[in-house]
Amino acid sequence: MHIPTLAPEVLATIGGMKITNTMVNVWLALVIFLVLGLIVKRAVALRPGKLQNFIEYFLEIILGYFDQVTGDRKKTMRFLPLVGSVFFFILLSNWLGLLPGTGSITYGHKMLLRPANTDLNLTAAMALVAVISSHIFGLVTVGVFTHLNKFFQIGTFFKSILKGPVAIFTAVIELVVGIIELVSEAAKVLSLSLRLFGNIFAGEVLISVIASLVGLLVPTPFMMLELLVGVIQAAVFSMLTLVYLTVMTTKPHGEEEH
Amino acid sequence: MDHESIVTLAKGLTMAVGGFFPALAIGLIVSKAMESIGRNPESAGKLFVPMLLGAAFAEAIAIYALVVVFTLK
Repeated sequence: MHIPTLAPEVLATIGGMKITNTMVNVWLALVIFLVLGLIVKRAVALRPGKLQNFIEYFLEIILGYFDQVTGDRKKTMRFLPLVGSVFFFILLSNWLGLLPGTGSITYGHKMLLRPANTDLNLTAAMALVAVISSHIFGLVTVGVFTHLNKFFQIGTFFKSILKGPVAIFTAVIELVVGIIELVSEAAKVLSLSLRLFGNIFAGEVLISVIASLVGLLVPTPFMMLELLVGVIQAAVFSMLTLVYLTVMTTKPHGEEEH
Repeated sequence: MDHESIVTLAKGLTMAVGGFFPALAIGLIVSKAMESIGRNPESAGKLFVPMLLGAAFAEAIAIYALVVVFTLK
C-alpha cells in the first residue's frame, strides 16, 4: 500500500534544482493550456466554431459569478487574467490527478505523476502570489497612503486629535486594530494554501487506501467525490482571491463623524 | 504511557473533535439554505454558490485538523 508522502518525491536533480513528480504534473497542465490557447487563438472568428463557442460559454458563466463579487464589469475584466487562470489551473491539475496513469506510471520505483496540488510548495506559492498581488493592486488603485492607512492608521490618528478625547480614544483603538489586520494577512496566506493542500492531499490518500483494499469498482464513488471536490476547491480559491483583490482596491468606508 | 500511544491518542482526538464542529457548522449552513429554498423554490440557483462557499470555509477548519494529524509523529 503506497500512501503518498507529505513531501513530493524527487525524480531528478538538474543543476541543484530538484525535479519532483508534482512539478511534472504542473508542466503537463501548462503544456495543455498552451496548446489549447494556441488552438483557440488561431481559430478566433466572428462566427464562432464549436471550441470557441464552448469556451465563450464557460467564460460567460464565470464572468457572471465574478460580477456578483466585484459588482463592476470593468473590475472583473481587470482581475480576470489572475483569478481566471488560477481557477482553470487549479481545476485542471485537480482533475488530471484522477486520470489513470497518476500513481501507476513509475520512474525508477517512484511515481512519475502526482496531483500538482498535493505539493504544499505549489499551494503556498499560489496563496502568496494571490495575497501579494492583492496588495500591489491596492497600492496601485487607491494610492500608497490610503492603502497604508488601512493598516497603520496614523492619518486617522492625526485627524482625530483636533476632534477631542473620544475621537482620540477611538483612533488609538483603530491603530491597534490596523496592526492586527497585518496578522490576518498572514492568516489569509496560511488558510488559502492549507485548505487547497489538505483537500486534495486527503482525497489522494483516501483513493490510494481504498484502491489498495478493493481495486475493482469501489473507488468509483470516491473518485466522483474527488471530481466535485476539485471543482469546489478551485472555485473557493479563486473566489477568495477575487474577494481579497476587491476589498484591497476599494476606498475605505468614508470617515463619518465619530 | 509511552510516546507511541500518546501520539496515536492525540491523532484520534484531534480528528474527532476537529471533525465534529465543522460537521455541525456545515449542517447548520445547509439546513438554513434548505429552509430558504423551501420558502422560495426559485432562489435555489442563486443560493447554491454562496452555500457551497460557506460550506467550503467550514470544511477548511476540518482540513486544518487533518493537517495537524499528518504532522504529528
